[in-house]
Amino acid sequence: MHQTFDAALGINLLHANQQGADHNRTHFDQWGITCFNIMSSPGAGKTALLEKTLEAIAPDYNVAVIEGDMTTELDADRLRQYGVPVIAINTGRSCHLDAKMVAGGLHRLEQDYDPAQFDLVLVENVGNLVCPAEFEVGEHQKVALLSITEGEDKPLKYPVMFQEADCLLITKTDLAPYLDVDIQQIIANVRQMNSHVTIIPISVKTGEGLEDWYQWVRSQVSLAARPVVCS
Amino acid sequence: MHETDMTKALLMTVEEWWESQPDRPDIERIHLIVGQFTCVEPASLQFAFEVQTRNTFLEGAELVIREIPLIAFCHTCQQEYQPVLGLRYACPTCRSPMDDIRSGRELKIDRIEYAQPASTLDKELIS
Repeated sequence: MHQTFDAALGINLLHANQQGADHNRTHFDQWGITCFNIMSSPGAGKTALLEKTLEAIAPDYNVAVIEGDMTTELDADRLRQYGVPVIAINTGRSCHLDAKMVAGGLHRLEQDYDPAQFDLVLVENVGNLVCPAEFEVGEHQKVALLSITEGEDKPLKYPVMFQEADCLLITKTDLAPYLDVDIQQIIANVRQMNSHVTIIPISVKTGEGLEDWYQWVRSQVSLAARPVVCS
Repeated sequence: MHETDMTKALLMTVEEWWESQPDRPDIERIHLIVGQFTCVEPASLQFAFEVQTRNTFLEGAELVIREIPLIAFCHTCQQEYQPVLGLRYACPTCRSPMDDIRSGRELKIDRIEYAQPASTLDKELIS
């Protein structure tokens, strides 16, 4: 005799990752740290942006970087030149950082530093427009980059990333004279699915828009909760 | 290929449930709900599920995926609409941005179908 039974579960598939992300965020809040999750396709200019950003804001803020890369430490080495702690996480074959990997990075940071001294942790995710959008790592703000060489249609094709972003940097604007790309159309496409995102066109080559970006970074850091004192 | 990771998370949850059952029943079907506005491709999930369940307690179990369409609500027009993935997300009537997603972001293990082992059934019949 064969009888089939049914058990209702109703459990979110990403439940474990979400719990891990919330755990990381609790730590960040206790330490008074603002955390950005920086995401884009490969080659959109995340590391170049971080180089400029560290140069500009590291004198005013204590910054640490968690650097996700599939196999190498090339990006981490580039950023170490700016005198800030850079924790490299090799994700192996995984195409995104998850909450557990970032928790591991935070533990390594804690071994050498008092985490409460930091104001800002920049998480550079693995270059990918799809997967990182689904895996929160405990960030307060999601920063997406889209280079103008990628074309106007990318926000429509990879909507989850652009719908989730709090800040979008449209990069490599210095290349606009050489391309048939309409930056206003990129902005309009993103606005279709995200009315609240802050959009800043930038070029690390010419410096266009960078002051606006630094100002956005500063505004987010100053919004952050001060360290919670446990009695 | 984050479907591999998603499948790992799925198997861990199902295993936890299975181990909490006193008679460790044979799982026949796992029902998943996957929204169309997620980064998950059902075919990739099926493939990862088949590979990862080989030689485990779930060998031979079936993964049933129900897709949920992307539905948004326009507050200006006070009505629901269905965005066209890859083409248009704003409200087709007034072009307001897609601010309120009503469905399509789901990634959920809905339910599990299982057969109770014969021995347990016998016991129930006797008692």
